[in-house]
Amino acid sequence: MALSDDDVREILRIIDSSQLDELTIETPAFSLHVSRGATAPGPGGASPNPPPAPAPTTAPAPTPEPAAAPTPPSTLAGTREIVAPMLGTFYRTESPSHPPFVEVGDGVRDDTVVCLIEVMKLMNHIQAGVAGTIVEVLAQSGELVEFGQPLFRVAPDGA
Amino acid sequence: MTIARLFIANRGEIAVRIVRTCRELGIESVVGVSAVDRDSLAAQLADRAVVLGPAHASESYLRVDTNVAAALGTGCDAIHPGYGFLAESPALASAATAAGLRFVGPPAEVIAAAGDKLQARARAQGAGLPVVPGREIATLAQAEEFAGEHGYPVLLKAAAGGGGRGIKLAGDLEQLRLGHALARAEAGAAFGDERLYIERLITTARHIEVQIAADEHGGVIQFGERDCSTQRRYQKLVEEAPAPRLAPELRAALLAAGVTFARAIGYRNLGTVEFVVDVAAGSFHFLECNCRIQVEHPVTEAVYGLDLVALQLAIADGQPLALTQEELAPHGHAVECRLVAEDPARDFAPSPGRVTRFAAPELPGLRVDTHCRDGTLIPPFYDSLMAKLIAHAPDRGGALATMGQALALLEVEGVATNRELLARIVGDPRFIAGDVSTTWLAEALA
Repeated sequence: MALSDDDVREILRIIDSSQLDELTIETPAFSLHVSRGATAPGPGGASPNPPPAPAPTTAPAPTPEPAAAPTPPSTLAGTREIVAPMLGTFYRTESPSHPPFVEVGDGVRDDTVVCLIEVMKLMNHIQAGVAGTIVEVLAQSGELVEFGQPLFRVAPDGA
Repeated sequence: MTIARLFIANRGEIAVRIVRTCRELGIESVVGVSAVDRDSLAAQLADRAVVLGPAHASESYLRVDTNVAAALGTGCDAIHPGYGFLAESPALASAATAAGLRFVGPPAEVIAAAGDKLQARARAQGAGLPVVPGREIATLAQAEEFAGEHGYPVLLKAAAGGGGRGIKLAGDLEQLRLGHALARAEAGAAFGDERLYIERLITTARHIEVQIAADEHGGVIQFGERDCSTQRRYQKLVEEAPAPRLAPELRAALLAAGVTFARAIGYRNLGTVEFVVDVAAGSFHFLECNCRIQVEHPVTEAVYGLDLVALQLAIADGQPLALTQEELAPHGHAVECRLVAEDPARDFAPSPGRVTRFAAPELPGLRVDTHCRDGTLIPPFYDSLMAKLIAHAPDRGGALATMGQALALLEVEGVATNRELLARIVGDPRFIAGDVSTTWLAEALA
């Protein structure tokens, strides 16, 4: 089975009329990955924003543990959000006696651990996935966070 | 009712259906959704929706740990698994119970016992239920002996296998000899085990299932039967209650067998015992037990005038069954049609996409369970069920007439559906006569 031009147009029409940012279709005959926004200009048009992060799910095999939370373009010009890569309980500290992994004003690298997300007693260390400065903490320690929920706002380096 | 907040670990029409009962009972509902279902009807109607993970079910709806964490994190006291996904997962049942949540379904050990086909068959046999004649064989002579006893056609399958692999059909002695050699070689190659299982094939079969409910205090009742013989590739399309043209003695025996099996396996909560009914012989055989609410439960609700989800919650809450068998009697006839997003022009391949228009008519006796509205997205990741149309009338003819009218008046645009096929089925003289077996639809479409 081959995709016709009409099929492609229909798929694009579905994407355009939907809230979806990405669509992956896998059939025995073909696999298709479509994402939008990844190559579009960042918010603010010709601003000096760094390009938005590439779509994170193009890997052919599933990674056992997300190395970093995806950082989609933020709604606030010049900042990015670190979002929860999984649902679970959000913790800002390694344990109650430890200080928070990061505070507002702290610099982070791509691989800086910024929080824990606990799923049924399993602690997942979440990395920033972006280099910059924490400007806002968006979630409460000890609360349930959903997949994709913004956790921190970061001013990226060079912004 | 001690359940104050229910977590719904499912999506689509059944999630909407469960939310509806929660509202009627004054129970708060939280639905766990995948990222692509964030704006689904169930998410809108529930008191709260939480995003479990990405669209792929393996990363969201099928994750036991995430569902339990979400239920605990949102302060729920019980989990309803719906059907499909984790509904018959002993792992979810035990994880939920271990976390202090009530699981709306049978205990993990019952799910495990019923889910193992050979174990379930052995339990059924032990309880005196007829099972499809079959046994393990070591030699061709034993196969011939079995066929001599039970007659042809027979099926040969790998005793160690499953999933329909390497099944050989034999209509006579010659085919049996040929099939035996092939099946043995294939079983050895595929499973490293040449043992074979031989089974009588019931050619003209009806699929009839018994709705049972069991509380935690030893009470077991049945809510009659459903006929689900109209299938295509093992997918049920039209179901009805009661089963048409079923001899009263056969019906009574089926219903009693359903209750007997439920007691034998220590069943709890709502379940379905499935039977294959040999129309020619006037006999029936135990097939399997489903440890969940079924897609087709509304036809039973229609004829018994009750809410089976509410019953599930009451049982999970520890309440004894409020009804006795003597109080229960079906009224009239109900038919259900499953509207799916499948394209008849492409051999019923799934046709996901945006539903641009969805409007079901309002007719007396018609119920529509759906998650579709104008603009609903049918994602490509899950099953293609869009809506269930359920028609209830004093008699079967009336129910079929309502269904025909409903299918004609239904407005659905944007995705291809099986609506025309459903209309053909309910208008077919053979179907109207109540005279179809599980192979009828495939033969009629050929």
